[in-house]
Amino acid sequence: MSLVEVQNVTKVYKRDTMEIPVLQNISLSVPEGEFLALMGPSGSGKTTLLNLISGIDQPTSGSIVVQGTDISKLNEGALAKWRSHHIGFVFQFYNLLPVMTAYENVELPLLLTNLSKKQKKERVEMVLKVVGLEDRMDHYPRQLSGGQQQRVAIARAIVTDPTLIIGDEPTGDLDRKSAEEILILLGRLNSEFKKTIVMVTHDPHAAESAHKIQHLDKGELRAN
Amino acid sequence: MKVLKLIYKNLFRHKLRSFLTILGIAVAVFMFGFVSTVVTAWSYGVDAASADRLITRHAVSFIFPLPYSYRDQIAGIPGVSKVSYATWFQGIYKDQSFENFFPRLACDPETIFDVYPEFILPPDQLAAFKKQRNGCVIGQKLVTQHGFKIGDIIPVKGDIYPGDWEFVVVGIYKGRDQTIDETQMFFNWEYLNERNRQAASFATDNVGWYIVQIANPNEAANVSETVDALYSNSAAKTKTETEKAFQQSFVSLSGAIITSLEVVSYVIIGIILMVLANTIIMSARERVREYAVLRTLGFTSWHVVGLIAGESIFTSMIGGVLGILVTFPIANGFGAAFPTMFPVFAVAPMTVAVAFSFSILVGVVAAIFPSIRSANMKIVDGLRQIG
Repeated sequence: MSLVEVQNVTKVYKRDTMEIPVLQNISLSVPEGEFLALMGPSGSGKTTLLNLISGIDQPTSGSIVVQGTDISKLNEGALAKWRSHHIGFVFQFYNLLPVMTAYENVELPLLLTNLSKKQKKERVEMVLKVVGLEDRMDHYPRQLSGGQQQRVAIARAIVTDPTLIIGDEPTGDLDRKSAEEILILLGRLNSEFKKTIVMVTHDPHAAESAHKIQHLDKGELRAN
Repeated sequence: MKVLKLIYKNLFRHKLRSFLTILGIAVAVFMFGFVSTVVTAWSYGVDAASADRLITRHAVSFIFPLPYSYRDQIAGIPGVSKVSYATWFQGIYKDQSFENFFPRLACDPETIFDVYPEFILPPDQLAAFKKQRNGCVIGQKLVTQHGFKIGDIIPVKGDIYPGDWEFVVVGIYKGRDQTIDETQMFFNWEYLNERNRQAASFATDNVGWYIVQIANPNEAANVSETVDALYSNSAAKTKTETEKAFQQSFVSLSGAIITSLEVVSYVIIGIILMVLANTIIMSARERVREYAVLRTLGFTSWHVVGLIAGESIFTSMIGGVLGILVTFPIANGFGAAFPTMFPVFAVAPMTVAVAFSFSILVGVVAAIFPSIRSANMKIVDGLRQIG
């Protein structure tokens, strides 16, 4: 059963009077439990596709249905709420808030829930344990290595138990060893915790961790 | 509530910047409060004026005297409950320095404390004042400033009324509350008139002005008209007005200065606004990517607006409170240093309320532009920003 259904999606950016087509009539299906890697050269539109699937951008035409919800029809407020429940983000540059500890960064998405303080604490501690950083929860991002920061970001992405994990070059800013650790962690999330993952990467080695690789080139999709 | 923790964390992200911004706001709020207090102090007489008192003076100018004989005639006008009078004596105590200046007034001991019930004088001291021809009553602040006590002799060199004068302190009055002037010296008009008579002065049997107490403040206009009509064909025509209008005429002489001070105080508010707006815009710009990340996680544009506005308002509020707290001791010190220039120099509750409101308003206004900008920015554009 497909968790994500992308149907005939086109995305055109407008820059002043110019129209720049980025995605052209893309259709894609991501089954539940899939670990999909999207590859392609710079400017091919892979991050744009990721943004559309995760509901932080809207398609110019076409529809995107995630777990039965057509997110291309949701307004901004509804989309924000939908993201908080269904999407976990892992960015290339971690994007942790520097003024907050690892614990507080992971707790951030839970601030939007009605969980009790105790329940939040249990959740945060559990996911930090999953990513192996239970002993670093009081550390600020600047006190952590790149790999550790990315693991905090992954903990933040999974703390709400989302439907879909989105990774935008999650290993792009890491050394080989740290990248390997992150890929193993993502693999575990997929195999042990049955999380569906869509990951954009430039790195063929990172893409090999996925079950399926799809290539985007000049806004068009082709299977590996 | 969801963003309070973040607001708190962001507030101290750049400690030096936050400290300097808060300090700037505190200084500006203090300046606003202080200047407002000066303006208020300048016109304290207007605020302290009683509704049931009229002042009758010479129609041409306050400096021209009125005949003493008017007293009984005015007292006989319907609606008038009591009449007192006073004359500006001036004189020089020690020297002409500012510290040694204080108002010295010749008055009627029998009535002056009846028409000014806000000056509290113990009955035995009032009795002594009525009895002793060269006695004087001084305000409590003069005691504090010059160390006068009962029985002391205050030597004054006359200028308007030449000669050497000696006044024996027989009483010390206190104000009913802190808005009452405690820097004046009252002495017996008879003492002045006696010396004038001996010197065959032009001022013999003349008074400076009459203080007319009326039974019903609503009758002020009618009584004033009646008094002035009574002397419309005399050599010394009168002008009668409420005490508030009389005091206002003094204040209006300094109208340009007061207006300038008021303008300055609002310019200060404008400066705080720009300082804070600059800081908030700078902070918001630095955090565009973070706001985008928050929105990616499910926070809404309103949460982002709350973050920016909250930080702005908290910053301005902390600065405002500090500025207000600093205003009190400095204003008190200033008031103590210049008691005769500003007989009543106290930070008014209204000044505190306005200063605090302004600090909040500045926080709100400073946040408007960066809030709109951040809330309207697309998440994908925010994520592209280099933090």
